[in-house]
Amino acid sequence: MRFQPLRISAFTVCSAAGAGRQATLDSLQARSGSLTPNDFGASPLPTWIGRVPGLESAALPDGLSQWDCRNNRLAWRGLVSDGFIDAVKAARARYGADRIAVVVGTSTSSIGASEEAYTRLDPDGRYPADLRRSIIHTPHSIGDFVQHALGLEGTSVTVATACSSSAKVFAQAERMIRCGLADAAVVGGVDTLCGSVLFGFNSLELVSPDRCQPFDVARRGINLGEAAGFALLEREATTGSWLLGYGESNDAHHMSSPHPEGRGARLALQEALKLAAIQPGQIDYINLHGTASHKNDEVEALVVAETFPESTFASSTKGWTGHTLGAAGIVEAAISLLALEHGVLPGTLNLNTPDPVCGPQIRRENAQRDARRALSFSFGFGGSNCVLAFGRSDL
Amino acid sequence: MNRPIDCLGPLAIEGIAFWSSRLPGWDIARSVIRGEQPASATPSSRPAPALLAPTERRRAPDTVAVALEVASRACESAGLAPAALPSVFASTHGDLAISDHMCSTLATAPTLISPIKFHNSVHNAAAGYWSIGTGSTAPYTAISAFHYTFAAGLLETAIQVLCGQQPVLYVAFDIEAKGALATVAPSRGLLGAALMLSLSPGNLSRRMMLQIQDGATMTPAASPAAVLVADNALAPCLPLFESLAKDQAASIDLALSDNKILSVTLDALG
Repeated sequence: MRFQPLRISAFTVCSAAGAGRQATLDSLQARSGSLTPNDFGASPLPTWIGRVPGLESAALPDGLSQWDCRNNRLAWRGLVSDGFIDAVKAARARYGADRIAVVVGTSTSSIGASEEAYTRLDPDGRYPADLRRSIIHTPHSIGDFVQHALGLEGTSVTVATACSSSAKVFAQAERMIRCGLADAAVVGGVDTLCGSVLFGFNSLELVSPDRCQPFDVARRGINLGEAAGFALLEREATTGSWLLGYGESNDAHHMSSPHPEGRGARLALQEALKLAAIQPGQIDYINLHGTASHKNDEVEALVVAETFPESTFASSTKGWTGHTLGAAGIVEAAISLLALEHGVLPGTLNLNTPDPVCGPQIRRENAQRDARRALSFSFGFGGSNCVLAFGRSDL
Repeated sequence: MNRPIDCLGPLAIEGIAFWSSRLPGWDIARSVIRGEQPASATPSSRPAPALLAPTERRRAPDTVAVALEVASRACESAGLAPAALPSVFASTHGDLAISDHMCSTLATAPTLISPIKFHNSVHNAAAGYWSIGTGSTAPYTAISAFHYTFAAGLLETAIQVLCGQQPVLYVAFDIEAKGALATVAPSRGLLGAALMLSLSPGNLSRRMMLQIQDGATMTPAASPAAVLVADNALAPCLPLFESLAKDQAASIDLALSDNKILSVTLDALG
């Protein structure tokens, strides 16, 4: 069984940069900053965040209320954007509800609901009655919700490999379709702001007190963000951009720090180029992981400078969205697809003075330029790496 | 539309490993399942994976300890070096003890979150330690599918073997829930199970076919081991290991979703 490119027949994205594709594209073009001073939780740390507004008052519709929590509310906002639900309905009619797999990624799923329960335990130390719902206190909360919200009946899996999660879902879904176990797959990912990640990354001294500045010599760390994004993968579709390939690897180095020479990142990149049968010079746009942490950006810049010609246009869009962790893969896949569709290549927001390690590939300003092939890089804790390769629909 | 193909295989099970507090190792579990010996009356202390440095071994979370133990044993029993092998790590709830600790700390003194607890809280922590300990840069994944976790991981492993045409290690584990979280995510004891799947059956391997079918009835656990692991979230793995402990041909239905089963057909040994 050999890899064949798959069509991305529908996709959607919601982040601090905007709800839906058009709002996201507008924000990219306007270079409007959407990061805001941290106001999340009872005792907010001094940092900036990419917060999606209005989730607090956006309860899930009747029939889905057992999954209600911040993370699944954001998932729902994604599903109802850009006609994504209708695209899945049409696919369901074509293939059958049990022939569409759900493979979605997250890092913390709805742990925010568990965190909230611990602040409101009853005198016997039990969860408050409104949060005694097992499904929202387990990692598969997101996969289970998406499957039921879309009325699908095939397999449903949640991938949780930290910040590579919703990139790796493309690989897992492609293999499932290749083996004939599904005709289509809903892939994507959702992560929401919660105490675990804000205080957790803070404990690792990775959180910036300022707006994040990917690849800037003065960068001081990440801004956390939240986002939902989904894509529909099909072999038989006639329209939509292409998933050309992917590469997965591990650093085998450290739990929370990248390999200093980018060993795993290079491997994932090589695998993606090999599977897609393309050369570095054929890549028009790269959406980098570019978290604005010291080490990630240094290692990633090195890999890019050594692998790609000067003409390659590479950028980090974390300055628009913040680092959305388990959702970063799908958010940046969506931005890469928008770049291919519209020829809008986003630069790197908040980048003033590039780190000397950056090559000319890493751009500050946006460009309007014909782009046929794009890569998206995602690197996560535990050394998990994934690189995705996309092609414009007319390839 | 593709013609639906819902049958995968044949695959070979080249290595088997199992560890639970009352069945500490596959040889013991196999004997207890076969009725050849009783389980020990007292729970075993948790395994100490030789892959980790001595200080890390003591500090490792339970998830990492039990996952690395069965992962190593499955590689040993298959006679395969881990470094080149892709792997699939599956856990229903991940590290319930760390989640309880994180939620408690966040509720009382959030700035006291420990950086090590935080990076050990990710669902792929065990997979990460495995790749570091073995020096393996081959891809791992870490998944969950709630009640259907074990079958979903087995299916993903089989798919990876077929697509990659190479052996893939499957590691599944769940641990004991702590604190208030235990009331909504119940799980007792430690349970780890691992399989090495490949395409080319060796002399001692079992041949296996997988098929996705409609249905919601899974094969119940029926051996003396059942009661010893029934309250662990990974208990749905046991019927497959009961059949692997016996040498006859068998068919086992594992729940894959609300209305699908993963039907596993095992050939007789030898």
